[in-house]
Amino acid sequence: MRDVAIIGVGVTKFGELWNRSFRDLGIEAGLKAIEDAKLSGSEIDGLFIGNMSAGRFINQQHIDALIADYSGMASKHIPATRVEAGGASGAVAFRQAVMAVASGMHDIVMVGGAEKMTDIDDPSINSVLDATADAEWEAGMGLTFASLHAMIAQRMIHDGIATREEIASFSVNSHFHGALNPNAQFKKAITLDTVLRSGPVATPLGMFDCAPISDGAASLVLCPLEDAKKYTDSYVKVSAVAQASDTLALFQREDITTYGATVSAAQAAYKTAGITAADVDVAEVHDTYTVAGIMALQDLGLFKRGEAGKAVLEGKCQVGSDMPVNTSGGLKARGHPVGATGVAQIVEIAEQLRGSADKRQVENAKYGVAQSSGGMGSAVVVSVMEAI
Amino acid sequence: MASVAKEWREIPGRYNLVGCKCGACGKVYFPRRNLCPECRRASIGKMEDYAVCRKGKVFTFSVIYDAPECNNLLKPYAVAMVKTDDGVMISAQLVDVDIDKIEIGMPVRAVLRKLDADGESGVIHYGFKFVPDL
Repeated sequence: MRDVAIIGVGVTKFGELWNRSFRDLGIEAGLKAIEDAKLSGSEIDGLFIGNMSAGRFINQQHIDALIADYSGMASKHIPATRVEAGGASGAVAFRQAVMAVASGMHDIVMVGGAEKMTDIDDPSINSVLDATADAEWEAGMGLTFASLHAMIAQRMIHDGIATREEIASFSVNSHFHGALNPNAQFKKAITLDTVLRSGPVATPLGMFDCAPISDGAASLVLCPLEDAKKYTDSYVKVSAVAQASDTLALFQREDITTYGATVSAAQAAYKTAGITAADVDVAEVHDTYTVAGIMALQDLGLFKRGEAGKAVLEGKCQVGSDMPVNTSGGLKARGHPVGATGVAQIVEIAEQLRGSADKRQVENAKYGVAQSSGGMGSAVVVSVMEAI
Repeated sequence: MASVAKEWREIPGRYNLVGCKCGACGKVYFPRRNLCPECRRASIGKMEDYAVCRKGKVFTFSVIYDAPECNNLLKPYAVAMVKTDDGVMISAQLVDVDIDKIEIGMPVRAVLRKLDADGESGVIHYGFKFVPDL
C-alpha cells in the first residue's frame, strides 16, 4: 500500500445559504481544492462524494453523476461514487478515496462532501436526520435524534461521568472557535449561561446543545505521498484512516455512554499511525450535540472517562491551551451540512498541520485527528493526519 | 404514503413486544433478528419467537419539545429506554405521566396506544408505549 497525501483543500462558507444551490456549493468547494493543489483538473482520475440525503433534501438521487458532470468531468468519464453513512458520509468517502490511492488503483482523487438542507422545511429536515437512527424502532416509536442524545446525557449525568454544565460547555468551546473562522455559520462567542438557558429541545439538552441546519460543501485532493511535491509544497500525510460500525439502534448497546465504534476506530488508527492519544496536537470531533463531543473526547482517549467535561469547562480545549478541539467551530458553530461535515473536519486538520489556520492556528501541530460519526455512533471514522 | 403491508408485518413486535430468543445460546433480542449476533451461523433457523416481559424500569429518559410533524400535538412528550424485568432494553414513549416527575429506575409497564398516522387518509400506526406501573 502506498502512503497518501492531501495536496489540496477547499471549503465553502457554511450556513443558511438561500441563494446557493447544491450544485453551486459542490462545485465551489471542488474548484477551491483543485486551485489549492495547483492542478488544472484534468489530472483527476477518480471522484468520491459524501452526501447523506440529497434524495430527500433536494429530491435528487445520483449525486455522483451530478457532481462529475457539473465539475466538467463527464466527458472524461472518470469513475464517480456517492457514499452514504449518515453523519459520517463525508468521512467514509474520504476513507474510500484514501484506499483508492493507497492501493494504486487511482493516482489523483478528489473527495467531496456536500449537503443542501434548507430547501425543505425544518420538521421535514428533522425527520431526515431522525432516519439515521433506527427508523422502525426508534424514530418510528416517536423518538427524535436529539432525544437519543439527550438520553445519553441524562445517563451520563446520572452516572457521574459529566455534569450538565460540563456537557453544555462543549458548545461554548465550539463557539469560541467559530468566532475565529470566517467560514463558520455562527461567528460569535457565547457564555455557558446562554447554553443552559436556551429553549429545551429534548431535556436535558437545549437549542444551544444542538448543531444547526446548514448548507455547505468541502473538498480535498489526494495523491500518492511520493508524488505530492510535484504539485505543491503545502501538503500533509494521511497517517491512518480507520472505520468501525456498531448497532443501528442505541438501545441495543450494553453501555450508552461510550461509542464502541469510536473506541475501536481510534485504536486501529493510532496503531497504524504509530502514535498514542498523547501525541495528538489538535482534534476535530463530531459534536452534533454537545454530549456527543464530550463522549468523543473520552472515546478517542484524549481524556479519561469522567474527565473530558471538566477539561472543556475549564477551557483546556481552546486554541492556545492543552488540547485544542474543534478549532473550526465544530459542527455546532461552523455548521453541519451533514455530508460535508466529515470532509470539512479533514480540511481543518490539514489547515492546522500546514500552518494556514490563521487566528485558529495551533502552534507546532504535528498530529491531528478527526472523528466523524454517523447515526448514534453506528458508523465512525477516525483519521490521523501528520504534518510534513 | 407507505403501504399497509409495511405496517402489518411488524404487528407482533409493535403490539405484543414479540422479539426472539436464540435457540443456540438462549439470549433474547428485541426486535426480532434473523440471526444471533453472538452465535451467528450456528443460530440460523434456531431463532424462536419470544414475547418480552411488559414490565420494567426506566433506564434513561428525555422530554421532547421539538417533535416531528406527526407528533406535534403531543409535545412536550416523554421518551425512555426501558430495561424490562427479563433484561431486554427497549425504547418507546412514556405516557400518562407527570413529565416533571420521571426518574431513572421508575417502574413502568407496556400498553398499546396509537403512535401516529400517515397523513390525513393513510394508515394509523399503533404500538406500545410505557406508563408508570403503580
